[in-house]
Amino acid sequence: MNGRRAALLLLLAVLVALPHALPRFYTYVAAIVLLTGLLATSLNLAIGYGGIYQFHHAVFYGIGAYGTALMLTRTALPAPLGFVVGPLAAALLSLAMGVVCVRLSKLYFGMLQISLGSLVWVTVYRWYSFTGGDDGIHGIPLPDALGSTGGAYYFTLAVTVLCLAAMRRIAASPFGKTLEGIRDNPVRSAAVGVDVRAHQLVTLVIAGFFGGVAGTLFVVVDTSVFPDMMFWTFSLEVLIMCLLGGMYTFFGPFAGAAAIVLLRVFASHYTSYWSLVLGVILTLVIIFLPDGILGYAVRRHRAGEARSA
Amino acid sequence: MLRVESAVLSFGGFRAVNGANLEVTAGEIVAVIGPNGAGKTTLFHLITGHLSPDSGRILFKGREISGLPPHVICRRGISRSFQVVNIFPRLTVFENVQIAVLSRERRTFRIFSEVKGMEADEVHSILRNVGLYDRRDAESDLLSHGDQKVLEIAVALGGKPELLILDEPTAGMAPEETERCIRLIRRLSEELGLTILFCEHDIGLVFEIAKRIMVMVRGGTVIQGSCEEVRRNREVQSAYLGETGGC
Repeated sequence: MNGRRAALLLLLAVLVALPHALPRFYTYVAAIVLLTGLLATSLNLAIGYGGIYQFHHAVFYGIGAYGTALMLTRTALPAPLGFVVGPLAAALLSLAMGVVCVRLSKLYFGMLQISLGSLVWVTVYRWYSFTGGDDGIHGIPLPDALGSTGGAYYFTLAVTVLCLAAMRRIAASPFGKTLEGIRDNPVRSAAVGVDVRAHQLVTLVIAGFFGGVAGTLFVVVDTSVFPDMMFWTFSLEVLIMCLLGGMYTFFGPFAGAAAIVLLRVFASHYTSYWSLVLGVILTLVIIFLPDGILGYAVRRHRAGEARSA
Repeated sequence: MLRVESAVLSFGGFRAVNGANLEVTAGEIVAVIGPNGAGKTTLFHLITGHLSPDSGRILFKGREISGLPPHVICRRGISRSFQVVNIFPRLTVFENVQIAVLSRERRTFRIFSEVKGMEADEVHSILRNVGLYDRRDAESDLLSHGDQKVLEIAVALGGKPELLILDEPTAGMAPEETERCIRLIRRLSEELGLTILFCEHDIGLVFEIAKRIMVMVRGGTVIQGSCEEVRRNREVQSAYLGETGGC
């Protein structure tokens, strides 16, 4: 599809030009949109492609952020190492939690994950001497190149594009297809010889890793971390992004993330009840567009193609 | 090839399978018949690892398989279809079979190669064989019930099994679909040399394609023998076929 490639290139061009056209605050918002989109896409790998009830994805986002933040503030090691440690810590935590949770299915998996994730949250929340407790860590020193809003934005853009490309590749791989099979029918998958739990575990680690990358990017953009990043309500919000954009499309969650972040920024100018607006929109989407906004668009597009063929 | 020795499985106080014996030798078509609730599907679940027996042994090619998880048993060479349609509904017909082939080839952990078109030759030949080639790009959810049951068999074939287990392959099919399905089962046995174990309610169909028949009543084996032997057995007549014989 050449039209689609052209559209993506155009979007990329706009994103590259953005900091030159917008005031600093909006460049910051754009960077938040990008990394939140990355976070939602990473969650969707587990929930949309794998059918795994990943209810507490924000924990991996938070651990990615804290891992990087602690490396940058508590050690004298080179900064790039910190950027690697965050995502790896998230992947490792995901593996550890996954080994325990993957024995359960569906809702039970989700409930256990929320419990374990909340343990991680409360540890971060209370451990003042190490994590800064509920204050979090602020003014995290960054390498000079990332110190400006523009620098942070371009770094975020580059990493997000790379990660999305990698996840897209994974989604289109034999592993990704097998994952969709497990989502559709785990019993059947096992009956054709697929080790369901092993595939789910690998998925969780991949999703946790990319969630951690998003967390690291947040440190770069915001130079701060705080425990609310990994509170379970934020996990719910990321889940809503997937639902809103469309779980069964690759870019749906990204679109959902953009919609929610922008809604929060702009609607909260006018009302402190911005989540009420979100609630109404979400209700309408679930009733009228159960496949999500992008899912609906894709379906329309396919139907159109079928009609013209 | 397959041997079930006095398998027992209870659900609470109910013995769903109660001392079942079954023997399948390579290359033959064996049918399991019995009234509703006799334990046929449960027996198949025991063989394919979806349930594990409380006691008794299940041997495949001389090795004990009882209690192994389904994916391991599948890799040993047993594929199955299910009584209730059990496919990947959001995937296309092609992808349904492709997953089975990828799994057999142990390629499901490849995360950076392109899946599109992978194993296409084999998938296409399976789909041609069962008559679903023309519908290969359709979302499998949109197929007719009969086609979905055939797709079940196609998915099972993707594992290149030595033993193919079919749990009521024609359940819910229209008469002409049933006819097509029977021809397919016969052809699989004759052309691919597949060993087939199936259960079925349609007795006419059973006598038409099975070489040997095992009769189950209340979880136990009444008899296993040739069609003729089963037809003549008095116990079977009273328990299942009715006093007049039924066929």
